[in-house]
Parts: sequence; C-alpha cells; structure tokens
Amino acid sequence: MNEEDNKKFIVSPGPHLTTDKSISKIMYMVIIALLFPAAGAVYFFGIYVIFVIIVGILTAVITEYVAKKLRKREFYMDGSAIVTGLLLALILPPRIPLWVVVIGAAVSIAIAKEAFGGLGYNIFNPALVGRAFLTTCFAGLMTQYVLPVESLTGDAVTSPTVLSEGYVMTGNITELYQSLFFGNVGGSIGETSALLILIGGILLIATKIINWKIPLFYIGTVFVFTFALGEDPIFHVLAGGLMLGAFFMATDYVTIPLTNNGKIVFAIGCGLLTVCIRLYAGMPEGVAFSILLMNAFTPLIDRYSILKPLGYIKPEKSKKKESKKGEEEQKAEEKKTVKEGDK
Amino acid sequence: MMLDLLLKSAKGVKVPERKFSEKKAIENAPIPKEVVLPMGQHLGAPAKPVVNKGDSVKTGQIIGEAGGFISANIHSTVSGEVKKIVQLINVITSQPMDAIVIESDGEDKWTVMKKIKDWELKSNEELLARIKDAGIVGLGGATFPTNVKLSPPPGKSIDTIILNGCECEPYITSDHRVMLEYGDKILEGLQVMMKLLSCENVFIAIEDNKPDAIEKMRGFLTEEGLDGVKIVEMKSKYPLGAEKTLTKTLLKREVPMGGLPLDVGVVVQNVSTVKAIYDAIFEGKALVERVVTVAGWVKDPKNLIARFGTPAKDLISYCGGIVGDANEMIFGGPMMGLSQYDLSTPVIKGTNCILMKKAEVTDEKNCIRCSACIDVCPMDLMPTMYVQLVKKKRYEDCARDYFVDNCVECGACAYSCPAKIPIVQYIKIAKNELRKMKVKK
Repeated sequence: MNEEDNKKFIVSPGPHLTTDKSISKIMYMVIIALLFPAAGAVYFFGIYVIFVIIVGILTAVITEYVAKKLRKREFYMDGSAIVTGLLLALILPPRIPLWVVVIGAAVSIAIAKEAFGGLGYNIFNPALVGRAFLTTCFAGLMTQYVLPVESLTGDAVTSPTVLSEGYVMTGNITELYQSLFFGNVGGSIGETSALLILIGGILLIATKIINWKIPLFYIGTVFVFTFALGEDPIFHVLAGGLMLGAFFMATDYVTIPLTNNGKIVFAIGCGLLTVCIRLYAGMPEGVAFSILLMNAFTPLIDRYSILKPLGYIKPEKSKKKESKKGEEEQKAEEKKTVKEGDK
Repeated sequence: MMLDLLLKSAKGVKVPERKFSEKKAIENAPIPKEVVLPMGQHLGAPAKPVVNKGDSVKTGQIIGEAGGFISANIHSTVSGEVKKIVQLINVITSQPMDAIVIESDGEDKWTVMKKIKDWELKSNEELLARIKDAGIVGLGGATFPTNVKLSPPPGKSIDTIILNGCECEPYITSDHRVMLEYGDKILEGLQVMMKLLSCENVFIAIEDNKPDAIEKMRGFLTEEGLDGVKIVEMKSKYPLGAEKTLTKTLLKREVPMGGLPLDVGVVVQNVSTVKAIYDAIFEGKALVERVVTVAGWVKDPKNLIARFGTPAKDLISYCGGIVGDANEMIFGGPMMGLSQYDLSTPVIKGTNCILMKKAEVTDEKNCIRCSACIDVCPMDLMPTMYVQLVKKKRYEDCARDYFVDNCVECGACAYSCPAKIPIVQYIKIAKNELRKMKVKK
C-alpha cells in the first residue's frame, strides 16, 4: 500500500457522470428515422433518388470538411452534415438533376451553417435554406414533379403535385387520402408517405430526441386553421411537406426556441404561416418558407419565454419584505451559507 | 392511514443507480492511529480549537467550539494525545483553516454526556443545547448545523417535517443501510424533533429503489405506533433528495427564491442526522463517526462506520484496496461530490461516500440547443444560457434575466448534456464573478 499512499489523484469538476447521449448519437438516430421515408422514396420514385440522396450527403460532408479547413477548425464527423444532406435530398423533386443537388447541399452547409459558425450557431435550418436557394434560382426545375413509377427503373411521368393549381382530382376522396397516407402521389422525394414519416417521427419521440409538442401543435394548427377556413383539413395535413417538416425540420434543435412554451409558439406560428402561404400566396406549398420565417423569430421567442425559476417572487413583493428587516437579517445570513440545502 | 403509498415524480434526470453496496451490512472500520480533524466540517464559521499540543483527550471530548451562530462543535474522535495543529484548505470554502491532529492511544476511552431518558419532560432549550453540544450537522452532505435548523426564527411555524431517505445520488448506500439497521433509533430521534418543532405531521420520503428500507421502516412504524407519520414511496430521480426539490415534489410547495423550506413551513432532515440526534439525546454520544459508503473501483465496496478524521486510504485498504487504474477519488456522490487528490484526506461530517473511479475525459462541443438541460433542471432554470452568457462575459445578465443565484449546482444539466459541456463550471464562474462585482460595489 506504500506506493499507493503517495499516489495523487486527478481533480475534476462534478458531475463525475455523464449521459451516454452525445451529439453524434442523436444525429445517427435522426438518420435512422429518416431512412424510413428515404426507403419509401426509392420504392415510389425509383433508383434515381438513391443517387440524389448519395450526392446530397456526399456534397454536404465534403463541403463541411472544406469549410472547417478554411476556417481552421477541427472537422468532426458528428453526423450533422449527413442529416442536412439527407434532409435536403428528401425535399427535392424526384427527377432533380444531380448538379442542382450539389449546388443545394453546398449552399446549405457553406452558407447556412458554416458561415454562421457551424453546428449550434446557425440561425436557419440548413436544408431548408438549400431548398429555398434552389427554388429561387431554378424555379423551373424545382417544380417538375413526377408520379410514382411503375417499376424501380421505369420512366417517370411528370405531373403537378396535389397542392398545385393545375392538379385535377380523379377518383373519390377516400382514395386520395389513402394515397396521401401511404405515399402513392407525386411530390418531393421523401415527403409523400405520411405513414413512413410517422414511423420515423414516433421513433424519435420514443427515444426522446424530439419534443412531441412541436409536431402536435404544428399539425394541429394546420388542421384547425384549414377547417376554420372551410378547407379540407385532412387533405391539408397529409398533402405536401407538412409531415416531414413538422417531424424533422421544425424540430431541429439549433433553430427553434429553447423552452417548451417557446416551442409551442414556434409550432403554432409555423402552422399559421403554412396555411397562409398555401391558400393565399403565389406558391403551392409553404412548409419550407414558414419554418424558415419562424426560425428568424426564434431569438425573439426565446427572449419572451424565459423561464421563471422555482419559487419565483415578483420584484415588487421583495420590496415589501425589506420593511421587516430585523428578523430577516439573521435569515439572510443563513441564506448565504445554505446554498444547496440538506440532501 | 399510516401505510400511505404514494408515487410522486419529480423534475430531474434518471441517473444510473449503481448501488452495489446496498446489501452490505454496516461494519465498524478500525480506529485509525492518527486522525486529522479540520475545524470547518460544516457550513458556516469554522470552530475554534480549545485544546493545545500535548493535551490528552478522550473520544467525544470537545476540541473545537462553535465559532458563531451558524457553526458546530468538533469533538475528538479517538482517545490520545494532540500532536499538532496544522493548516488545511477547507474544501467547502477554499479558505485555510485549522485542523487538529490527534494520535490515538488505541484504547478508545470515551467521555459520554448524561443520557436524557425523560426527554419529554425537558425543555426545548435543553434538548437543543444537547444537539448543539453534540456537534450535529446535516449528514446528507450539506452539513448545516442541526440545532439552527430545529429552532425556526420566531414567526415561522413548522407544519410538516420531511425525513429525507431518498439518497438519490448513484453509488451511495449509507442512508439506506442506516434506515435498515437503525430504523427504530431514527423514529425515536424523530419524536424528539417532533417535540422541538411541535409538529405532528411527518412524511418519511424514500425512493422506490429501496423497497426493503420502505418495508423495514413500516415495520418499525407499526411498533412505535406513531399516527402522524406517513411513509412515502418516491419515484427515484436525481436530485430528489435536494430539500427544495423534495418539498416541491412531495407537498407541491415551492420554496421562495433565496429562501429555505422553513419559509413554507417545512423542515427537511436527513435520516442519518436524525439517528445522530438519537445518539446525542439517548446515548449521550457526540457526533464522532458516521456511515460512509466506500464504492466504485475498490475490491469490496462496503458501508463503514468511520470516525471523522480517518484518512481515506485506511477505509480503502479496509475494502481491499483500489482495483484497476482508478485515478480519481470523490468525497460524496458522483454527481455533487468533490474530487480529492490526496489519499490521506480525512473523512469529515459531510462525507457520505468515498468513490473511486476512472476520470472521464470528455470533449466539449458547441451547444446544439437541444434544451435537455432546461428539461431536467429541478429549479426551472435555463442552464444553457449561462454557458453562452459566461462566454461573452455577460455575468450580470445571468443573474438579472436567468436567475443564476437559484442554481443549486446539482449537475443534472451537465449530466444530460449531449455536447458534454461542463455547465456547472460555467455557472460557478458566473456566480464567482457576480460575487466579486458585489464586493467591489
């Protein structure tokens, strides 16, 4: 024991335990959840979407690597670039040329993320910025949607999405709901199947990675608001990118408010804006822009949703207390010494 | 309704329990050859030494007298001779303080105070004086002088006592074993407390990970026949054992900011402290020893009754020594305990556990605003904001907008952070800078 007697130990700050959860574990869990809609996309729109997804991910990761080197920062493979590249791919039209994907993913990472300081500092959801950029630059390409293909390598038939003005409904409404739910409709790569997105979303809620309040309030607001305006609420909930946006993009930690109340305000705001853009603005779909707009409001929402601590006393009340000074003084001394209480 | 079973859940974090020593009966650790007794083993002013070099002392004899209203007596924990008085750094306040080194004569001759048998007839002052004489402080870790806690200032009436047997920190099993083995003594000590506070309404809060303790305490309760006492099974969560969290979870009463549970009519007392009250009143024994869990990377984790001043190495070698390449020694639990660098660091009144472990090297990343820290904070604070504000040196905003003073530094935030940010460190920096600013003003 003599040798050990003189052994000096490391002194480190508490807590001396930390959770197994890490940023990369969270990111890889999100990727697993996104694989459900991604797999569905391959089934609906053919082999080509695999290339879109791979190009999206590779460009995102390479751009992040280059950007980190240019900024003289260390590059971590934390999976966040993969999430951005994958998400971007899932919100592009199924027959998008690959060079457009490269531009979109590069913009997502280089401008929306790294230029702001990297993961944690970006104000806007990178994938959505990429899509917004492509929508403004390549409006024609970004609105060329196709119907689901007959076979994985089969030719695709262009068709407007269900939300477009040019769309003409055939068949009855239940059939439409069914195709929207299972994903057998035209639309962006990963947004068509509500079912597969729900599976991925519930997986993330069950593993406590995303907060269930956001998709609930987002989708709920769209449902209630469209119903109030005399539209078909079920159609609006299932159509377009709402499901994907509500579960995977309005829940992006970095760009949404911190507190539960703030998150609810954010989700309701997204819902209202989505419906407004869909019904009254020039674009058929508004999920991407509504989330981006609400991202801009995040600092403001954070500012007005600061939590009140346990046992909060309003400042006016504490002034009154000062009048009873005598006995309070002794207690004040106690307060100073007792910071954490008896455990 | 004595056998009330209530499951109540707190805000906090689920931590791994790792209470491997919960089945190990309490053992007496050998009395050390030499004890080092710091004068600051409690919250408040350090005690003043009242013995000199060369004096011969007995076990239980006062060697340091309380140095103020919030302070506690220190007793010799062995019989023998005062070898020297040295200067040590107080781990609680980081200030230098005196420590008395006593060489044991190996005979352990006691000086015992008069046993108070007819305590029901004694005045509160007399009983409180005994608790003060015995040097009793909160043994849950915060070490607040018990006689002060049990004499609420005039105008504050106590309507509820909570006996805290939660023990929410991982690894520690000392309170658990005390409840199992000294449950009857706890209930007798409790009756003294009930008289002192003239309060009949008592909850004994025990986490649901200790079903045997709950069962045992119920049995003792039936024997004693105390009507106002209810045992409450709490859903285990960290930091449930912190008194403000416990008051909130159990009674739905919020302790006002900067206040104490007595502001809402509650006294929370750790079960081991109540056992010490029993020893002082009924046995006339001063507080010279406590149950310490020796856990982690030691060969045979144990619950030991250790005299204060016993060097950690004695207890560790009694447990078979260190195994593996443990390189960190923590006094207290892994969540709030303090690392000690030296194996000869003595056990003091607040040392409920000595934990050997391998230090985790973590790599701090950027905050990704996942809000895990906010979701687990038992005080409803926003820990991540302190990190951002401290990085920008905006300390005043930490206090003004985000109430940093309310933080109890339980570490639930840092535990749950996926970016591995040492949030508590940032909070300590903020508090420290704010203190400096206050002094300047």
